[in-house]
Amino acid sequence: MHSPLRNFLPRNNFSELLTALSDGGYRCLAPKVCDGAIVYKELPSQDTLSTGISIHQAPGSYRVEITDSARNFGWSNGPQGLKPLVFKSRETLWSVRRDTNGQMTFTESAAEPDPVAIIGVRSCDLAALALQDKHFLNNHNRDSHYQTRRASLFLVAVNCTHPSDTCFCASTGDGPTAQDGFDLLLDELDDGFVIRAGTEAGEKILETLPVDPVAPEQAEAISRQNQRARECQTRRLPSRNLEQALFENLEHPRWRTVAQRCLSCANCTSVCPTCFCYSEQDTGTLDFTRSEHVREWDSCFTQGHSYIHGLTIRADTKLRYRQWLTHKLGSWHSQYGRSGCVGCGRCISWCPVGIDITEEVTAIVSAET
Amino acid sequence: MNTSAHCPAEAQIIAREQDSRTIVSLTVRLTDPAYANEFEFQPGQFNMLYLYGVGEIPISISSDPASSDTLTHTIRAVGRVSHGLARLEVGDRIGLRGPFGRGWPLQDARAKSVIVITGGLGCAPVVPVIDYVINRRSEYGRLIIMQGVKHSDDLIWRERYEAWGKHPDTQVLLAADMGGKQWNGVVGPVTELFDQAHLPTENSVAFLCGPEPMIRACVKRLTEEGLAPDRIWISMERNMQCALGQCGHCQYGDKFICKDGPVFSYAGIRHLFGVKGF
Repeated sequence: MHSPLRNFLPRNNFSELLTALSDGGYRCLAPKVCDGAIVYKELPSQDTLSTGISIHQAPGSYRVEITDSARNFGWSNGPQGLKPLVFKSRETLWSVRRDTNGQMTFTESAAEPDPVAIIGVRSCDLAALALQDKHFLNNHNRDSHYQTRRASLFLVAVNCTHPSDTCFCASTGDGPTAQDGFDLLLDELDDGFVIRAGTEAGEKILETLPVDPVAPEQAEAISRQNQRARECQTRRLPSRNLEQALFENLEHPRWRTVAQRCLSCANCTSVCPTCFCYSEQDTGTLDFTRSEHVREWDSCFTQGHSYIHGLTIRADTKLRYRQWLTHKLGSWHSQYGRSGCVGCGRCISWCPVGIDITEEVTAIVSAET
Repeated sequence: MNTSAHCPAEAQIIAREQDSRTIVSLTVRLTDPAYANEFEFQPGQFNMLYLYGVGEIPISISSDPASSDTLTHTIRAVGRVSHGLARLEVGDRIGLRGPFGRGWPLQDARAKSVIVITGGLGCAPVVPVIDYVINRRSEYGRLIIMQGVKHSDDLIWRERYEAWGKHPDTQVLLAADMGGKQWNGVVGPVTELFDQAHLPTENSVAFLCGPEPMIRACVKRLTEEGLAPDRIWISMERNMQCALGQCGHCQYGDKFICKDGPVFSYAGIRHLFGVKGF
């Protein structure tokens, strides 16, 4: 449901969008700089969006600069996409009470989220959300915790005009412009936004906004900035389907050299918007009458991830890095019909030693060893 | 009744067998009669067993699917949960979710000879297969049961092996890496049994479960004897926490062992089988 470039929302009317969302029953989360990085934070009513944020990313580096630009979305991304909003980093799945006779009563926890509107979602994160949907909401199993949170989201996406040096969404086919998965989509210009609806819920909000027609030069400016955002990306994956190439190179010497740099810290899997591993554990009360069964993000880079009755399948970093990469860029294709990488570049920026996934995979699948 | 995928239901232990020093069989019944009634499983499937306040582990069901009102799980005390489960007594309660996974392809095996090769506690998930075939003895060809253990004292269910061996066209062969007193099986790895078995490779299937080095050696022998890779079925194990194909721990190349397995045809996994790190 794509409407053409028809509606322009002047910058000084942007607050009308926030009001419409709030009137529609949505809590608004908007990008803010917090502890030196962009995060989605609750936007108190009457508050305005941050302006002039500029983000500089490089392998192992993320820096915020505040400029005098009037734009609200002239930055690439923060450490987290939408994942923590639908797949909580820690949540109780169920709890159990045990009485003095040893009888147990199990109670499943249910997520009860308020409707929430996220302002400024990137195309890479929409693509990642679609992938998480395939994982958590498939025919084999539908995760009720994920499903409830997912249904509460209203997504206001923005076409990305300022990719970072670490971004490569153009090469994965996931950006920098959004194709679908949003309720509303913005193109930001200096004096305002061209706004489109992608769903009926988005259409309803759009109808209430005081919009002007889009001028031809505004449409041209958008086309130019979108093209620039695509062309400025220098990093790329060698191909969109690397499954065969990776599994043919399981003994490539590069796995050993990357493992010499990798700290196995799991930062990459924490910031990756598609990584879905979680562990489950019990936390009993001190009197031992009740216990909570909790799930928590896990990572294939941990020692415990592959533990099985006294044996660790991936005891060293080389095997863990290979597991991550062959899954992310390889076996995801068989499992979910596409690569597990959306080109957001977070694993490059947030790697403490600056390992670059595009560089590693290129070395591994290129013919010369 | 509790039917949630994540949340266990209560089950009570109604029988307990100490099979060896470290191995215990717990037979349980779901305490909700309606749930107990509708519970069905296939040989080779597993349940997640929950020890109160500690956690869950995957354990295959080793009892007869025909009487699924009670469920037997054979457990070796190795980790935190299994040590705790092994100490429980009749009347104690646990949590149970299941059954999960794809079991042994018993329909495909009909009218064929069945070769069962197991090592250590790998025998447990295959017991329902053996019982199934023995209860329908005329519908299958030869039944060859080969079981290996590290030390002869580790062999559990000696009486069962003896009883199985008395059925027509049924061969039971036992091997121990180290044989103790009164051991009249073979001393050596389970592959030593192949020469005695005279395996039928025409119109036969093999079901394997046990430590992977042993499985690898057996797959090699079976392939050399002429058994096609899609006739060799292996029950795989990896860390499992959700059993729903979600938590990622049992990911094995393009498979999740909990939902795509645990029983796989060798043809489907041979590209990764035995590769270190998967």
